[in-house]
Amino acid sequence: MVTMNQLNTKARNTWCPGCGNFAILTALKKAIVELDLKPENVVVVTGIGCHGKLGDYINVNSFHVIHGRVLPVASAIKLANYELTVIGHAGDGDAYAIGLGHLPHAARRNVDIVYIVHNNMTFGLTTGQVTPTTPRGLKTRSTPYGVFEDPINPIALALACDATFVARGFAGDLNHLTYLIKEAIKHRGFAFIDVLQPCVTFYNTYQFFRERTYRLEDEGWDPTNKVEAFKKAYEWGDRIPIGIFYRIEKPTFRDSIPGYPKQPLVKEDLKIDLTDLLNLLT
Amino acid sequence: MDISIIIGGEAGAGVMRSGYILARALVRGGLSVFGTNDYPSLIRGGHNAYMIHASDKRIHAHRENFDIVVALNAETITRYVDQLTENAAIIYDPKDRSYAEKLSDKALLVEIPMMDIVKEEKAKPVMMNSVAIGAAAGLTEYDYEILKSSILDSFPKPEVGEINARLAKRGYDIALEEYSSKFKIKVAPLEKDGKQIYLTGNEAVALGAMQAGMKFYAAYPMTPASPILHFLALHGPKYGIVVVQPESEIAAINMVIGAAYAGVRAMTATSGGGFSLMTEALGLAAMSETPIVVAIAQRVGPSTGMPTYTAQTDLMFVLNASQGEFPRFVIAPGDVKECFYRTIEAFNLAEKFQVPAIILIDKYLAESHMSTEIFDTSNIKIDRGELITGEYKGKEYRRYEVTETGVSPRAIPSTRNAIVKANSSEHTEYGYASSNALNAVKMQEKRFRKLKYMIMEMDKLNPAIYYGDPQAELVLIGWGSIKCPVLDALEILKSMDISVGFLHFIYLSPFPVKYALKYLKDRKIMLVENTYTGQLANLLKMHTGLTVDYKVLRYDGRPINPSQIVEKVFEVIR
Ligand SMILES: Cc1ncc(C[n+]2csc(CCOP(=O)(O)OP(=O)(O)O)c2C)c(N)n1
Ligand code: SF4
Repeated sequence: MVTMNQLNTKARNTWCPGCGNFAILTALKKAIVELDLKPENVVVVTGIGCHGKLGDYINVNSFHVIHGRVLPVASAIKLANYELTVIGHAGDGDAYAIGLGHLPHAARRNVDIVYIVHNNMTFGLTTGQVTPTTPRGLKTRSTPYGVFEDPINPIALALACDATFVARGFAGDLNHLTYLIKEAIKHRGFAFIDVLQPCVTFYNTYQFFRERTYRLEDEGWDPTNKVEAFKKAYEWGDRIPIGIFYRIEKPTFRDSIPGYPKQPLVKEDLKIDLTDLLNLLT
Repeated sequence: MDISIIIGGEAGAGVMRSGYILARALVRGGLSVFGTNDYPSLIRGGHNAYMIHASDKRIHAHRENFDIVVALNAETITRYVDQLTENAAIIYDPKDRSYAEKLSDKALLVEIPMMDIVKEEKAKPVMMNSVAIGAAAGLTEYDYEILKSSILDSFPKPEVGEINARLAKRGYDIALEEYSSKFKIKVAPLEKDGKQIYLTGNEAVALGAMQAGMKFYAAYPMTPASPILHFLALHGPKYGIVVVQPESEIAAINMVIGAAYAGVRAMTATSGGGFSLMTEALGLAAMSETPIVVAIAQRVGPSTGMPTYTAQTDLMFVLNASQGEFPRFVIAPGDVKECFYRTIEAFNLAEKFQVPAIILIDKYLAESHMSTEIFDTSNIKIDRGELITGEYKGKEYRRYEVTETGVSPRAIPSTRNAIVKANSSEHTEYGYASSNALNAVKMQEKRFRKLKYMIMEMDKLNPAIYYGDPQAELVLIGWGSIKCPVLDALEILKSMDISVGFLHFIYLSPFPVKYALKYLKDRKIMLVENTYTGQLANLLKMHTGLTVDYKVLRYDGRPINPSQIVEKVFEVIR
C-alpha cells in the first residue's frame, strides 16, 4: 500500500505559502492512499495555471497539457485504458473560460473520470486577472475599475450539463475535500468537483468562505433530486453549501461506444486482417 | 482504348453513385480507372458531375475532355460543349431533346427514354440514372453482366439492386441496338490476373490507419476529410476501433494525444480550417513527445474558401504550424496505394521517433476513386519503437531520458515500476517543469537530435521518386496528388517523343535533400502545383539552393489537367 510520503516527488514546490492548492494536493494524496490505489494506475491531467503544477508534486503518472484542454486529453486516456484512474485538474480560467466548451460534452458523455476545478476566482499564474467566476465589482489587474460582468455558477452549470456527480469542496476543509475526492473516484461516470480555492496572493477568500460554508452532508442532504440540487446551487450568501449536490448512475461513455472491445484498447492486438473489407472495394 | 465519360445532373440525383457504379464495372473488367467528382457545397440544387477516365493501359488522372456525356438534366447537355472529343456522344432523355438537337453537328445524339422506362418499370424517378449508365455501357458494347454485378454489389438491399439492374438493361439494349454501330470507342474487359480495388484516397488513408493498428480515431467533420470519419465509423467497430466525433478539432487532437499517451495508436483528420484549430495541440504532441498521426485533406482557402474544391496551398502552413521549433514528419502520398502504405509508415515513424506525423493530401486525391491492385497486407511491419509495457526494468524511470538518438524509452501509464510524467512545459528528464537555461538547451538538443536519425530513416523509404527519362534536361517536380496528372502527361509526351523527367516528393519534412540534389542538379526544373505562389519552389530553394525555372500553377480549385502540363512543356522546349 502506498504511503503519503511515497507520493511526494523531488520537484521543488513553487506555490505561494498558504495557497489553497496545497490542500487540494494533500486531499488528493490522502484519497489515493485511503482508496489503496497503485500510483502506476493513476493518471493526473492538469491544465495551465498555478494548479497545473500539481502533477509535478505527486508521484503518479501525470500529463501537464495545454490551457483548457484537460477534459479531451483525460477522456481519451480513460477510453484507451479504462483500468486507469484518471483525474483532471483545471483552473477556473482553464475550465470556465478557454476550456468551457469541453465541459458539457464530457458531462453528457458521462466519461468515467474525475474533474477537479481549482476555483480561485482569478487567473493565478498570469498574475491576477478576472476569470468567469470573479464576483462583480472586484478590482483585478484587467478590471481596474471593477468587474463589469456577472460570474457563472459552476454547480448549476454542471447540473445543466447532466454531470452524474456534482460537488463543491473548499480548500479550507481538508477532511471534507478528501471525502469528496474519494467519492468522486468511486463514482462510475463523470464526477465534477468545483473547489473553492483561496489564492493568497491575488484573491484571499479563506476567511470569507470559512465564515459561510457548511457541509450538505451535515444537513442530511438528498443528492438524488436534480431540481432540488438546482435550487441549492443558487444558495450563495450568508450560507454557502459544500458537498455532493447531485449523484446518479448512468451508463458511461465506454459502455455506449459501439464495438468497444472486451479489454482496454491498449491491450488489443495491433494486427488485424483486412481481407473482408478490401474485398468490399472490388 | 482510352475513354472518358462524364455523368452530370442536379445535386441529389445520385450522380456520384451511378458514376461510381459504372466505373466499378470497368474496374471489374480489369481496366485502369480514375473517377473524380465536381460538386459545389450544396445538398440540393447545384450541378454535380462524376468523371470517369478508363483505359486498357495504366492511367493516373482524369481527362478534361469527354467521349460520352451522360446528361441527367438539360444543363449537363450544354455545360460541356467545349470539352467534347471528336467522336463524342451525348446520352439524354427526350424531354431535353431541344437542347441536344442544337449539338447534332458536335456529337452523336443518343436519345434514351429514361423517364418512360422508369415509369414502365414502376421505379423511382432518381433511378433514371441506372438507365443512363446502362446506355453508356451499351454504347461502348461493354459486357452487361459485369455492369450488373457492379450494380447488385453497390446496393445494400438486393431487391433495389435488382430493379436498378433491370433498368440498366433496358438502357443498355437500346443503346446497343440503335446507336453503338455509330459510336467508335469499344470497351472490352481485359484478361488480367489479380483483383483490383476501386477506392478514394480518404478510404485508403482510413484502411492504412486500420492496418497500422490504430485503435482510436477522433475527428470533427470537415470537407474533404469527413469521408475518413464515415468510413471508420462504419467499419471500425468490427475491428475494435473506437471512433468518436467530439465537439471540435481542438477536442479531437487533444483526445488523440491522450489516447497516444496511454499507449494506443491514434489519429485525427481534418482540412485546413480544422488544422488551424489544432496547431496549439500539435505543439503539445511535439513537446510531450507523444506520437500522433494527423491527416489533412486540403481544400481551397483562405478561410472557408471553396470547401469542395482542391488546392495544395497548406504546405508551408503545415510545415511550420505551431509555435516553437520541433521536428515532424510531413508525408504527402500521391495516389491511393501510397495513401495506404504511407499511412502505415506514418504510424511507425511517429512512434519510432515520438514525433507528430502528418499525412498531407488534398480534395483531388481524398475524394477521387482510383483502381489499383488489391493491397498486399502480408508483409506489413508494425514498429512501435522503444515502447515499454508491462514492467520497467531500470532503476528510476525518466520519460525524457537523454539518449544518443534523442529518443527516450517510452513507458505508458500502468507500466510497473515506472511513473510517466509528460509535460507541455519545458521539463527535466523526469518530466518536471523547468525553465533552467542549461536544461532547456539539453532538452531542445535532445529533441532535435532525432532529426538526423529521422533523415537517415527517411532516406531508406523512397521519400522522393523519380519517373521518366533519367537523362532528361527538363525535370518536372511536384508533391502529393500532382503525381496523378504528371504521370499521365509524361505518357502523352512520350507518345510525342518528348522526354522529360519527374521528381515526385512524398516527404516534405524532413526534406529529402539528397534526392533533390541527385535528380535536380544541373537540370531545368518545372514546378507543377495547385497553388498561386508555388510553395515547393521556395522549399527547394531553402533546402538546396536550387531554383525552379518554370511553373505550372492552378488556383481555381480544379485539379491540374495532364494537357495543361503538356502545353507548358511544349512552350518551354520550343
Ligand atoms: C492559449 C493560451 N492562452 C493564454 C495562456 C496564458 N495563461 C497561462 S495560465 C492562464 C490562466 C490561468 O488561470 P487559471 O486557469 O484559473 O489557473 P490558476 O493559475 O489560477 O491556477 C493563462 C491565461 C496560455 N498558456 N495559453
Ligand atoms: S498565485 Fe495564487 S493560486 Fe497561484 S500559487 Fe500563489 S496563491 Fe496559489
